[in-house]
Amino acid sequence: MTTTSTGATNATGGADRPAAPPDAVTFTIDDVEVTVPKGTLVIRAAEQLGIAIPRFCDHPLLEPVGACRQCLVEVAVPDREGNVRPMPKPQASCTTEATPGMVVRTQRTSAVADKAQHGIIEFLLVNHPLDCPTCDKGGECPLQNQAMSNGYGTSRFRDVKRTFPKPIAISTEILLDRDRCILCQRCTRFSAEIAGDAFIELQGRGGGTPGREVHGTHAQQIGRFDPGVLDWAGAEPTRVYRGVQPDGTPISAATGVPEQDVAGPVGAATIDTSGRPFASYFSGNTIQICPVGALTNAAYRFRSRPFDLVSTPGVAEHDSSCSAIRVDHRRGVVLRRLAGDDPAVNEEWITDKDRFAFTWQGLPDRITVPLVRDVAEDGTRGELRKASWGEALDRAAEGLAAAAGAVGVLPGGRLTLEDAYAYAKFARVALGTNDVDHRARPHSAEEEAFLAHHVAGTRMAVTFADLEAAPAVLLVGFEPEDEGGVVFLRLRKAVRKNRTRVFSVAPWASRGLARLDGTLLPAAPGTEPEVLDALVPGAHGALGRAAEALGPDAVVVVGERLATVPGALSAALRLAGRTGARLAWIPRRVGERAGVEAGTLPGLLPGGRPVADARARVDLAAAWDVERLPAEPGRDAAGILAAAAAGELRALVVGGVDPADLPDPALASAALRGVDFLVSLEVRSSAVTELADVVLPVAPPVEKGGTFVSWEGRLRPFPQALTSTHMPDHRVLDALADRMGVTLGTRTLAQVHAELDQVGAWDGERPAAPDVPAAEPPAVGEGEAVLATWHLLLDRGRLQDGEQFLAGTAQRPVARLGEAFAARLGVRTGDAVTVRRADGDGGAITLPLVVTPMPDGVVWVPTNSTGSAVRATLRADAGALVTVRAAALPATGSPAAEGEGL
Amino acid sequence: MATLTPVLTDRWDAPSSWTLDAYRKAGGYTALRTALGMAPEEVLAAVRDSGLRGRGGAGFPTGMKWGFLPAPDGGPRYLVVNADESEPGTCKDIPLMMADPHLLVEGAIITSYAIGCHHAFIYLRGEVVHVYRRLLAAVEEARAAGLLGRDVLGSGFDLEITVHAGAGAYICGEETALLDSLEGRRGQPRLKPPFPAVAGLYGRPTVVNNVETIASVPSIVARGADWFRSMGTERSTGFGIFSLSGHVERPGQYEAPLGITLRELLDMAGGIRAGHELKFWTPGGSSTPLFTAEHLDVPLDYESVGAAGSMLGTRALQIFDETTCVVRAVSRWTDFYAHESCGKCTPCREGTYWMKLIYHRLEAGEGTQEDLATLLDVCDNILGRAFCALGDGATSPVTSSLQYFREEYEAHVTGGGCPFDPVASARFEYTPKDRAMAGVHA
Repeated sequence: MTTTSTGATNATGGADRPAAPPDAVTFTIDDVEVTVPKGTLVIRAAEQLGIAIPRFCDHPLLEPVGACRQCLVEVAVPDREGNVRPMPKPQASCTTEATPGMVVRTQRTSAVADKAQHGIIEFLLVNHPLDCPTCDKGGECPLQNQAMSNGYGTSRFRDVKRTFPKPIAISTEILLDRDRCILCQRCTRFSAEIAGDAFIELQGRGGGTPGREVHGTHAQQIGRFDPGVLDWAGAEPTRVYRGVQPDGTPISAATGVPEQDVAGPVGAATIDTSGRPFASYFSGNTIQICPVGALTNAAYRFRSRPFDLVSTPGVAEHDSSCSAIRVDHRRGVVLRRLAGDDPAVNEEWITDKDRFAFTWQGLPDRITVPLVRDVAEDGTRGELRKASWGEALDRAAEGLAAAAGAVGVLPGGRLTLEDAYAYAKFARVALGTNDVDHRARPHSAEEEAFLAHHVAGTRMAVTFADLEAAPAVLLVGFEPEDEGGVVFLRLRKAVRKNRTRVFSVAPWASRGLARLDGTLLPAAPGTEPEVLDALVPGAHGALGRAAEALGPDAVVVVGERLATVPGALSAALRLAGRTGARLAWIPRRVGERAGVEAGTLPGLLPGGRPVADARARVDLAAAWDVERLPAEPGRDAAGILAAAAAGELRALVVGGVDPADLPDPALASAALRGVDFLVSLEVRSSAVTELADVVLPVAPPVEKGGTFVSWEGRLRPFPQALTSTHMPDHRVLDALADRMGVTLGTRTLAQVHAELDQVGAWDGERPAAPDVPAAEPPAVGEGEAVLATWHLLLDRGRLQDGEQFLAGTAQRPVARLGEAFAARLGVRTGDAVTVRRADGDGGAITLPLVVTPMPDGVVWVPTNSTGSAVRATLRADAGALVTVRAAALPATGSPAAEGEGL
Repeated sequence: MATLTPVLTDRWDAPSSWTLDAYRKAGGYTALRTALGMAPEEVLAAVRDSGLRGRGGAGFPTGMKWGFLPAPDGGPRYLVVNADESEPGTCKDIPLMMADPHLLVEGAIITSYAIGCHHAFIYLRGEVVHVYRRLLAAVEEARAAGLLGRDVLGSGFDLEITVHAGAGAYICGEETALLDSLEGRRGQPRLKPPFPAVAGLYGRPTVVNNVETIASVPSIVARGADWFRSMGTERSTGFGIFSLSGHVERPGQYEAPLGITLRELLDMAGGIRAGHELKFWTPGGSSTPLFTAEHLDVPLDYESVGAAGSMLGTRALQIFDETTCVVRAVSRWTDFYAHESCGKCTPCREGTYWMKLIYHRLEAGEGTQEDLATLLDVCDNILGRAFCALGDGATSPVTSSLQYFREEYEAHVTGGGCPFDPVASARFEYTPKDRAMAGVHA
């Protein structure tokens, strides 16, 4: 935006004035001249000037529709001779692009525009219930606000309003009150344009009839495709949904409602436009962008008034995207979370998990005071009891001192940078060990070498903006929707806006990949390196097309799961090297990248310093003012647990780790049980608490400030939202070190930040790239398969505890097999199959089957869903050899019963 | 003096007029041969020179519309014939397609040839099943005769015509809503630009023309632009079908040069029904402001009707004599618009709903003086504020009737209801519902 130029500035040759870009457009709004890029909508240009034009359907991230007509302004444009001629009708400023010399008059300077806007508000209120005092939106409602600012104080309408039965439960989470709806279509447009999920749609026509009279056609409404709701003759929902679902399941023609969708949502949901029960990971965004209270959230509905809430900006703790959020609390209780507006990261969207899964921080199983375990009179382990901080810290310090030289540290993958740094320093300085690993998941030495070589200290090497701008994106071992959250939305935006081509190396094409218009490069687990090495220009079919699409601006995304595939990360580095494509590592958990940067890895010190490099150790020892640092690279998480189980490690310090997430939960339990001394730093009681000798409560994100580090390496600081007596991990560790006679210097955020600044990043030589050969794929016998698995976004994760409405929108856990395999087993979609390890070890997982196009000899199950806890049950992970057998489904209530209540 | 000029309606009374044989016997498909012997640009030039203007209501010059298509880029471009005739009072396209479907098919082939289209669509109002069958049969006959399909009449020109029946929505007569509907989506008007000429059906350059427009093309090709210009007025050239309905002795379709007056048309139609006199009339369907007896001599061409405060529209002349209650008539039209408003934009959806309720109260004797002011202001807030022309059209009968017959509205307010007897205005045996009910309860 620039202001009016004068002859004087022109006389200076414009040297001190940046030249307007060649595609700039200069015009006036309310007599103020403004220069904007070509293609800018008038309503956006007005925003730049601080002129607020009322609007409902307009949303800067959605395509313009001009449906609500609220933003009408007077427009005049120059004709060919340059005479500015007014357009005969007021124009919708949300659909009108600025043109040179255009003269716009908003309600501020035009009586016509003002009258038009008042008229539209009055129309919108004709059929809007004035239930603001009980409406969730009341107090933060664009309709309410703009009716005040741009509407009449009273209505001339004195007839009967249109009403609807209310509410419709779109899902267990989203409720729709159609009488409040003003039909701006933001929700349907969000679903179509942003999330790509089939949603409910507009139906009916016109303004309808007063009251609930049944009439020939019904008022236009956002609704579900259900003849019963439409009150069609007889209201018998018959024969409207025909055909088959994308996965091949026949849709019932008899009732008009699909047979229970095997892979559909867990809870009841309305039928969406595809004829399936509505399911979306992003549906909560429709509530937030609804300009009235038509869409509400089941958990929050009727719970509070916006003006009673205290809002704090925050960062979501559920994935490595670190979306900006807003935390709203009332008297110390978080009531809801909203998406924050961060154009560089999550734009204005977050996942439903980020939005709704916050109750875990306030559940009754919160640990509120330190606990210590007494020794029973017979010398065996006694019970945990409450203790003072002083006693607990003393006990912890004594126990760790007794095990000096044989202590391992498992900080967990959900830490802030400050907490991770404290763990990294605590291990090295207070415990004198490199036996520290935050990876509470399957991991490998190859992965650590990859992280040291490629990831550590390369913050912002690849960003969301790079994903959006990339001509092609190759996903390897990464499901963007399930494992990346808003990464999926940004990829979808890239596909829609920039025609980015997406390729995915995976065993089957997920619904997410289909919505990215992506191409599957099928790979059985373990064969990913082979596929990556086969990506050479000229290769046959999709492999060749993918190879040709990969160039310097392209991005290869690898997920944390590749740690389970020997040689895969090495192959990804080779691929990036030969194509010039940039390589991004997107882990699931929020603390993974912070751990890499802060040095909670056995071979990495803070700032990406390799343990093995003496200069790096000396450098850091100087910064930390200690004589020396342990020189031996430590054990990784699996090594720590094995050593603990074997008695080589005698004590463990464990942060937020769920043993069931570890590669071998049984070994983890044995290790935790076997060590002499176990210190747990936890928010809530867990399997570790049960075994710990000292439990030190720590603050959840909402009760502390800190800095998450996103997969991009972007620092995501957030303030403390709730007043709390709980301490963050870094402060607890500081106190513990203090009792051990060591000054850690991580008591406050300011201290940690000062140290991080001082320590800085490693500027020496980076460790070499891993070059691990691929493993031979296992020989698959009859009835056997290679296991494929990943986490669904919504599953049994502990951070989703206590949110039943959200849980209802999770996908039903199913097993997936290729058609040929299923035929050999004699099973079809909807039948059950049992998966167990081929060597007979471990338990069995029995799930309903969905026959899915995928390589033969591969079976997929979700990693941690109800009835499908892969690591705990099978004690196996992706790539393991398993047997698959036909089975009977466990009786868990009839599907029909679960489907009721729509 | 004005006379009928049967061109489009010329064959309607021929035996089995809808068959290919009958059409050929009357000289049909000779214009196609002529056109195929010309360069496409020459056909376009002939239509442009004829001054033919769109017959669907807006009157946009047809040749200019065709000329808006961008230069061929190798991709498809489409002709879509708007046969979704549903404007109250309009009844010209449906009898034309019923009696003479081959005229439309021939026009569609010539137009497609002129604009480089190889797949044309006829979007027909779905309720007229019989017309649908005749169109389908005509297309089949034409295909069997080599007039459609690959290599039309050995010219090397390929063309397919698809006849599509809509599902019964007035909004689908709006050209962009029609395109959405034709694509299988919910019929609601699209944001313009891009205009259909640039991105229409399936995002490709598309010409959308009314049935009568396309049906006029063969005669222009066969007889020349000068012949066409010899009829009508200077800026409203040619002929058109005038649909007379209501209180006239002989209602029906009268094909005449543009610029004819209602007085002349009434002369041909036997006048207002015996013993009565003209009260008000619509020049172009219910979406055009009403005229009264003072407008009997307004030439029915685009410019003159516009200058007199209305629109030529689709030349649907609904004629009402003094027995008709104007409030009742406008109330029925308003019901129609409230029913047919697609719901996309606020002013049309809510405004027609509101007006409908006010009219119902006025008719029931529950109206107030304030309601009349509210009606006018609601119209003011719809007109020019709605997304498409449907909302504008809904205001026309309201504002014009209040302009000419305000005292009649006031009589409804002060007199506690309608002063007219609806039976008197009916042209058929009619017992109003309330009287029928009274009989039951007596």
